[in-house]
Amino acid sequence: MNIFVLLKRTFDTEEKITIAKGAINEEGAEFIINPYDEYAVEEAIQLRDNHGGEVTVVTVGNEEAEKQLRTALAMGADKAVLINTEDDLESGDQFTTAKILAEYLKDKEADIILAGNVAIDSGSGQVGPRVADLLDIPYVTTITNLEISGETVTVVRDVEGDSETIETKLPVLVTAQQGLNEPRYPSLPGIMKAKKKPLEELELDDLDLDEDDVEAKTKVVEIFLPPTKEAGRVLEGELDAQVKELVNLLHKEAKVI
Amino acid sequence: MTYAPYFTEEHVQLRNMIRKFVEKEIAPFVDEWEEEGIFPRSVFTRMGELGLLGLHYPEEVGGQGGDYFSGMVLAEEINKCGCGGLPMAIAVQTDMATPPIFKFGTKDQHERFLKPAIQGKKIAAIGISEPNNGSDVMGIQTRAKRDGDEWVINGTKTFITNGTRADFVTLVTRTSEDPGPKGISLFIVETDRLGFSVGKKLDKVGMRSSDTAELIFDNVRVPHENLLGKEGHGFYQIMWQLQGERMIGAAGAIGGAEYAYEQALTYAKSREAFNQPIGNFQVIAHLLAEMKTEIEVCRELTYATAYRFSNGEVPSKEISITKLAAAQMGHWVADRALQIFGGNGYMAEYPIERAWRDSRLPRIGGGTDEIMKEIISKQIGL
Ligand SMILES: Cc1cc2nc3c(=O)[nH]c(=O)nc-3n(C[C@H](O)[C@H](O)[C@H](O)COP(=O)(O)OP(=O)(O)OC[C@H]3O[C@@H](n4cnc5c(N)ncnc54)[C@H](O)[C@@H]3O)c2cc1C
Ligand SMILES: Cc1cc2nc3c(=O)[nH]c(=O)nc-3n(C[C@H](O)[C@H](O)[C@H](O)COP(=O)(O)OP(=O)(O)OC[C@H]3O[C@@H](n4cnc5c(N)ncnc54)[C@H](O)[C@@H]3O)c2cc1C
Repeated sequence: MNIFVLLKRTFDTEEKITIAKGAINEEGAEFIINPYDEYAVEEAIQLRDNHGGEVTVVTVGNEEAEKQLRTALAMGADKAVLINTEDDLESGDQFTTAKILAEYLKDKEADIILAGNVAIDSGSGQVGPRVADLLDIPYVTTITNLEISGETVTVVRDVEGDSETIETKLPVLVTAQQGLNEPRYPSLPGIMKAKKKPLEELELDDLDLDEDDVEAKTKVVEIFLPPTKEAGRVLEGELDAQVKELVNLLHKEAKVI
Repeated sequence: MTYAPYFTEEHVQLRNMIRKFVEKEIAPFVDEWEEEGIFPRSVFTRMGELGLLGLHYPEEVGGQGGDYFSGMVLAEEINKCGCGGLPMAIAVQTDMATPPIFKFGTKDQHERFLKPAIQGKKIAAIGISEPNNGSDVMGIQTRAKRDGDEWVINGTKTFITNGTRADFVTLVTRTSEDPGPKGISLFIVETDRLGFSVGKKLDKVGMRSSDTAELIFDNVRVPHENLLGKEGHGFYQIMWQLQGERMIGAAGAIGGAEYAYEQALTYAKSREAFNQPIGNFQVIAHLLAEMKTEIEVCRELTYATAYRFSNGEVPSKEISITKLAAAQMGHWVADRALQIFGGNGYMAEYPIERAWRDSRLPRIGGGTDEIMKEIISKQIGL
């Protein structure tokens, strides 16, 4: 089985995030594999172990993303591809990324492509579906279970807490939701082997793409942090009076009722 | 961060992995395990499964084939889990009870003891200290007497980490009446042998998630195959073992100190007194600057010494200096961190009082501060 995983390097949203000059401050931020993509990597490895074949992880990014690719290789992926856009592109959006990935994937005869349901940084959830659309293959998002027998793919997907079972055929693109699996930790021998696994680096040129072909269709106007939470207020006095004051505050100050 | 010649990109990846493991599978349960005075056996099996108990052992014996610094990464990172007890118990398994088996043991002993310990299927303990002899290893009284193909062991060991549930003990015994170092030999003793019993589980001020016990050997018979290394060479072997124990103890002390320092730094930024963060007061700022300085000094010393140790040297003076400095620094940093926390630092709701209690142990275990100074003073010609 020819398995591809789309992987993004993101900052760790569990660490403190600061903004400088209209962008997320990379200094001091911790970078990780987008957690949803980690489920995709794990699922891909399990598929390979059960059905044979090869797992290739692909990312669009800069040199730094090599670390996350190596981590995926250490987990057990076979090959990695870094499409380095650092010199070619100043900015991009979901269209840019999807277009580049689709261009890379179009002649790869992928049986299945796994992606994360959403990237925790920009949070659009678009890249997977857009790639499938460009490749003209079916896609199923937010999956929590995946079974493949022959050409038939049975998927359980999460629909806002409920689940839905869908049947489709290979080739297919799926996006991973939390609960799909428990991603493994890379082992030390895995980490050491990862050093020697193939990591191919491509640029737009290699895909016969121009900057214009992938020019972003959207523009980020502003990035800002959510307002800091203010200290709570403790009401005092008789219970009756407190309730009255609470209702009053909810009405007049918080304006929620 | 990579740091030549100590840490490569692979160590960085390993560090990330261990950090994640500690955050997800250790730290959330530390309070519970501290309360219970022991952590579940499943921690050993899980860490064995993940290869974390054999990072620096070669693949032939079931290890991960990493270098000495991969073990240092584990020691540093696991000591940030929020307690010192569990990391100490793990260090006994990986760097105290098993290295002599690897170095001096037979193939058969590797199969029977080292492999299952690396896999987390058997828990290991190291039995040196006795009720009447801790610092004076040569004076130990636990006696092993040869009887045909067997040895008969009698005596009591105390303060033994992992003691309540160890599957085997790497045991220091006296095998001849000769009072000198030649009378000492090592054995590996399975704890399911007749005559072995756990005297009692010992209660203690810190390291509470690690179980500590007194072990009683009452005519315990072991076959000759359980002799570890050569008869009469035990003293030299255990002195070698103690070097590794001290190195890993130093690495652990640094991890623990870093944890306390980080907590204090965060607290100093958010706690306000006199209408400003206490970190604004120069005394507090300088205290933190000193803490950071001492940690880094000890860290560099530890890395430099570990580097020599990992290349086959046994620089016992530098190892003693490192262990002494790191252990004292660890406790000093924890004490200052507690001070920065003020009254909260003294309260069990905050993480600092535990760090403070736990940080006291490295100044005793693995050879006391005074014994380190004894070794150093002899080597500087006194
Ligand atoms: C939590 C914990 C876990 C432990 N785990 C283990 C374990 O797994 N296995 C094991 O074998 N042991 C273990 N120990 C024992 C530890 O190694 C000893 O406590 C330590 O070596 C000191 O020995 P002692 O307690 O007998 O003190 P003593 O030797 O009685 O020393 C008492 C005091 O006298 C000082 N002193 C002794 N000799 C000299 C000297 N020549 N010059 C100057 N001062 C001296 C000491 O520094 C100390 O201050 C553990 C101890 C603790 C507390
Ligand atoms: C067991 C116990 C019993 C107690 N019993 C009582 C009691 O019965 N009644 C009672 O009222 N209180 C009691 N206390 C509280 C005790 O008096 C306070 O903890 C103490 O005064 C410190 O205040 P704090 O904890 O708010 O620390 P903070 O004031 O928050 O201080 C935190 C750190 O900042 C430092 N710091 C603060 N201001 C400055 C400054 N201007 N310059 C430099 N450094 C500064 C402090 O020295 C400390 O290191 C008790 C505390 C404990 C632990």
